[in-house]
Amino acid sequence: MSILVYIEQAEGKVKKTSLEAVSFANALAAQTGEGDVIAVALGTIGNEELASVGKAGAAKVLHGAESKLDAGVIQAHASAVAQAFNLVGAKTLVLAKSSLGDAVAARLAIKIKAGLVSNVVELPKTDSGYLVKRSIYTGKAFAETSVTTENKILAIKKNAIDLKQDGAAAQVETFDVALEDADFASKITSTERATGDVLLPEADIVVSGGRGLKGPENWGMVEDMAKILGAATACSKPVSDLEWRPHHEHVGQTGVKVAPTLYIAIGISGAIQHLAGVNSSKCIVVINKDPDAPFFKAADYGIVGDAFEVVPKLNEALKAEL
Amino acid sequence: MKILVCITHVPDTTSKIQFTADNTKFDSTGVQYIIGPYDDYALARAVELRDQASGKLTVMNVGEADSDPTLRKALAIGADDAIRVNAAPKDSYFVAQQIAHYAKEGAYDLILMGRESIDFNGGMVHGMVGELLGMPSFSPVMKLDVDGSTVKMAREIEGGKEMLEASLPLIAGCQEPIAEWKIPNMRGIMSARTKPLNVVEPVSQETQAEASKYELPPAKGAVKLVDKDNVAELVKLLKNEAKVL
Repeated sequence: MSILVYIEQAEGKVKKTSLEAVSFANALAAQTGEGDVIAVALGTIGNEELASVGKAGAAKVLHGAESKLDAGVIQAHASAVAQAFNLVGAKTLVLAKSSLGDAVAARLAIKIKAGLVSNVVELPKTDSGYLVKRSIYTGKAFAETSVTTENKILAIKKNAIDLKQDGAAAQVETFDVALEDADFASKITSTERATGDVLLPEADIVVSGGRGLKGPENWGMVEDMAKILGAATACSKPVSDLEWRPHHEHVGQTGVKVAPTLYIAIGISGAIQHLAGVNSSKCIVVINKDPDAPFFKAADYGIVGDAFEVVPKLNEALKAEL
Repeated sequence: MKILVCITHVPDTTSKIQFTADNTKFDSTGVQYIIGPYDDYALARAVELRDQASGKLTVMNVGEADSDPTLRKALAIGADDAIRVNAAPKDSYFVAQQIAHYAKEGAYDLILMGRESIDFNGGMVHGMVGELLGMPSFSPVMKLDVDGSTVKMAREIEGGKEMLEASLPLIAGCQEPIAEWKIPNMRGIMSARTKPLNVVEPVSQETQAEASKYELPPAKGAVKLVDKDNVAELVKLLKNEAKVL
């Protein structure tokens, strides 16, 4: 028996969140005695990159190398992963929660008749029954979910487990995906992606700006800080509504939910809807000139001061220290 | 064009989240219920599409009688009729089965809903319904235009978006900026009172992953303030105390 992990790639590189899913599956297999972890990767990826998935805890990688699968066509990916699941005779599928992962997991749940839990934050309790802790109410609470099906799918929230990095190289095996035309009934006509930058949902450090920055022309210092820290940039809802920043940077209740190690909020007051998007962060720093800004109540560290004075100084201090 | 919009009936985004009965039930005391914000975007876009194509727009909810005011609000915003599947929404699979059954019966061309509910945040129902009905499903969709039977969409991906083309019928989980939220006007509110709201019974009781117990995250400690003229101190704290740099 094995646990199957669906890993995602972007431009031939396996996503870090997918590696976390592999580590999660590795720890789960050790707990339940479900044997090895087998990852399934789709599209064009180099063998060396695939073998390196072993470091995170996979024994084997099944590679559906069809270039038609490079793009994340939801129906086709769901079919391919279902085939891999049946091929290895797995009972459990683990994947990272993401835009594509969610869309694929939901279809898979029906295809392989599996109970599906999303936003999983820690290893399930499996000594009696199968109890999975998931984040609900946009990070404001947790629910213990009882999965009653034989097959199970767990979609893992970022930072649910520490990434394992000491595994041996994985054995890479090609697997033939049987694809039907119907799987490609929809087509992706183009993709726009910010390249070279750290992707927000996967970033370990996020530097975020709000309306307190007064205009898009003042984002230079935010981008500078992100560059120094190797961080992703983000913004509050009003900022993306005003089109000062692109929509995919909007963090909050109706935007991206992030769970970085460090979240730095500059000129954001901290409306409850914004907090809902960041409350899974390990450490929150707030810089705001209003000492009564509600964000300070949710912060670990704070500086009361004008962003235009504080941020350039902080950038200098960070540069000196790092 | 026949459009179905599935909506959730959820606590307002500003609600204080609390539990009762030994942490096994959501405490709805003083909580205001709303149309899920993502569903509200889906509904707004559906009203626009219905008006363009002079089609029919049905709104559906899986919930108990307390969902009726939320469905009436959707009717006031512009839906033509409403269906409530009379059952508490136990899990994503339970909800998906009800929607799939009644959606098939209604033979809709386009099924829209929010990318996820804001209570359980699963984001799974649209994909499950798609698979149950053998229809393509897309989420999170931030732009959707219909031209004849061709649908052009933009789907958000990590750090960007992809443009898609597909054919009706299909299902989409929606999010902003697909349309602006619509606020019901007085005429809408008046006419909503007499629009049909049909209550139907669930077709299956099967569940797969029900929540059994809840908990709140541990309370956050007080913020540690650093003087604005001593920013180097903050860097030291982040490095040595919080160990996040």
